[in-house]
Amino acid sequence: MNAIKNWLMRGGYGSFVILALILVVVFPLAMDIFRLNLVGKYLTYGFVAIGLVMLWGYGGVLSLGQGVFFGLGGYAMAMFLKLEASDPESTKIQSTPGIPDFMDWNQLTALPLWWEPFKSLPFALFAVVAVPVLLAFVVSFAMFKRRVGGVYFAIITQAVALILTVLIIGQQGYTGGVNGMTDLKTLLGWDIRTDGAKYVLYFVNAGLLLGAILLCRWIQLSKLGTLLLAMRDKEDRVRFSGYDVSMFKVFAFCLAAGLSAIGGAMFTLQVGFMSPSFVGIVPSIEMVIFAAIGGRMSLVGAVYGTLLVNFGKTYFSESFPDLWLFLMAALFIGVVMAFPNGLAGLYESHVKPWLARRRSAGAPATLPVPPAPAGHAAPVKAEPALSARVSGQTA
Amino acid sequence: MSSKYDNVPLSPERRRLLQGLAALPLFGVSKLGFGASLPTAQVNTTGLAITDTEVTVGQLHSATGTMAISETGSIQAEQLAIDQINALGGILGRKIKVIKEDGASDWPTFAEKSRKLLVNDKVATVFGCWTSASRKAVLPIFEKENGLLYYPTFYEGLEQSKNVIYTGQEATQQIIWGLDWAQKEKGAKKFFLVGSDYIWPRTSMKIARKHIENFQKGRVVGEEYYPLGNTNFNSLINKIKVAKPDCIFAAVVGGSNVAFYKQLKAAGITGAKQFLLTLSVTEDEMLGIGGENFAGFYSSMKYFQSLDNENNKVFVESFKKAYGPKAVIGDVTQAAYLGPWLWKAAVEKAGSFDVDKVVAASPGIELKTAPEGYVKVHDNHHLYSKARIAQGQADGTFTVVAESSDLIVPDPFPKGYQ
Repeated sequence: MNAIKNWLMRGGYGSFVILALILVVVFPLAMDIFRLNLVGKYLTYGFVAIGLVMLWGYGGVLSLGQGVFFGLGGYAMAMFLKLEASDPESTKIQSTPGIPDFMDWNQLTALPLWWEPFKSLPFALFAVVAVPVLLAFVVSFAMFKRRVGGVYFAIITQAVALILTVLIIGQQGYTGGVNGMTDLKTLLGWDIRTDGAKYVLYFVNAGLLLGAILLCRWIQLSKLGTLLLAMRDKEDRVRFSGYDVSMFKVFAFCLAAGLSAIGGAMFTLQVGFMSPSFVGIVPSIEMVIFAAIGGRMSLVGAVYGTLLVNFGKTYFSESFPDLWLFLMAALFIGVVMAFPNGLAGLYESHVKPWLARRRSAGAPATLPVPPAPAGHAAPVKAEPALSARVSGQTA
Repeated sequence: MSSKYDNVPLSPERRRLLQGLAALPLFGVSKLGFGASLPTAQVNTTGLAITDTEVTVGQLHSATGTMAISETGSIQAEQLAIDQINALGGILGRKIKVIKEDGASDWPTFAEKSRKLLVNDKVATVFGCWTSASRKAVLPIFEKENGLLYYPTFYEGLEQSKNVIYTGQEATQQIIWGLDWAQKEKGAKKFFLVGSDYIWPRTSMKIARKHIENFQKGRVVGEEYYPLGNTNFNSLINKIKVAKPDCIFAAVVGGSNVAFYKQLKAAGITGAKQFLLTLSVTEDEMLGIGGENFAGFYSSMKYFQSLDNENNKVFVESFKKAYGPKAVIGDVTQAAYLGPWLWKAAVEKAGSFDVDKVVAASPGIELKTAPEGYVKVHDNHHLYSKARIAQGQADGTFTVVAESSDLIVPDPFPKGYQ
């Protein structure tokens, strides 16, 4: 058992190392700063995607509102940067110098009280994670304690996304409305718009993403990860075993929210603005598609899925400005129909058996491994299934 | 008060410019051949995508998404202008090649694509954007990469960038003359302000309120905002019925427009009984609203398709020839059409494609062949233009009923209106 586990872990980390090499070595060498910055932007969605792997793939809780947390993290970061960009000198053309421009346009004459703490970077960084996690906790605690789950929970997350969008757009004096917070320039005096800064931010982003993957792997391999899987497959059995199922779900939801928020903050830093177009329902669903294409059981696969979809989006829209939406739709439909378990599932069911056949020519071909474990697999049995999938993460 | 906005110094400057190169008749046959011989190294010192025969420009609008319906007209008009310029031999002897990018009604996509156009494609200029949000998203990039953007939409003002030429009206150009007309011609004293809830209507109504209260000594009897896409205006209609305004002053945009005018009509508030002046209905919106719902109401714009002048006849004819007899031309479409021509004039005046030189040459550039009549670029990068009021007809067209006698000076940071 131990030997198998060790071997599988090596496999899991092998795919991780390949991803790390691609992100940290191959991309920076192969791309100019413009493309690299785009990749950096895509990778911020990767945070959301790996959060969804933990929440949806492992926890069995589908959230269609991850954009909320991405947006809140991004806004917290943007508030700090906007305040720094709104010094009295550069805003002297306004009626009230020293406040963000959109406040001035909306006849605000003083900085609102709740904006004050965002003048401090440590507070802003704390808020990037704390605010979304707190919201996630409140929403999920209220829902899961009442045993609201499945599709009902997904609907609630959509409602939260809608409410927050309306709130942000409606309160434009405080939030910048539909324009969002634009024209962000410096971080503690460091110009984030230069090529050098973009390189630094790219590597910080890649590092954080790889760190987040390791953290999630660690959780997956711990007892907690096993419990999450067990809970997904047979919630009642786990509950009857004496575990507080709802708190595990709350944990998974908060984890996914926190990861999304870090992605949002990195997005703001790399793209230079934040707008409500990330908070709504459509981007939230798009983020679920990233995870679905990559494979919702595979952390590394989710990152590849995110990259593939966004590369496709950029490439198609640059090459076929009139047709690109149809091509994207074809990609989604094609992937979901041909490989319902995403790219990682494709590797699992086709590439790995083929590799196995090559390795031992005489041995009988391995049957494709069903991606979702059989419904009545007990927690103990779920572990090998999990590990088998994990080992296929190089897809 | 209107005198403040009417006195445009035309004669001395204009006469001098007429002798200048920039005042070449744009539809004319005669072209000075001086540009053709200029070597690329001389007209392009900053590494833009320019060869001896070709100059590359970018076009960045939403071809997909919710804004596509509005931006398609701008895409077509810019393309038409570029085709016409190419047919005349291009600019400085170089044909214009267009790289089209789709902003997809998504502001981050606009930012991504603008960076692509400027950094990767090295385009000499970009014609694009429509909503304020998209412009705000790309503005820092144009300033950082020192690009040049021709922005066609009428908008809220409060902005002036070295890297943008605004070919639409800023708020005061659209609002103040129209309000004065409403007061003078319609005797309006009580105004009800209504708009969609975002920056442009809010800023416009702020200016309108200041003008009504401080300069016209009139009264604002209501001010209401509704979310973008809102389609239920029943409570608004009740408030209007209670307030009994002389004038409904509206800046409702997009799909909300259709619901707004239909429900007004259903409630018996029609052009025959109520005076309504809007800042946001052009020929394009009229298609969706339907002439029968808007008949009798007034719109304040700088351009209407039915404008009766020679330039416009030629423009409408060539537009319909290119895009079909059913194509309509709204205010923004016309402003978008000006972009390539203004750029051509500025490049030829500067004798260079370098952004800095084109920007420096831009103030004072005038177009006598503009469909809207005559326009000129102000030092603040906005256009001097006339204001016009037209009445909607049941067949979906507009009849121009009033026109400012002079060009109105653009004033993106109006004093006394903040």
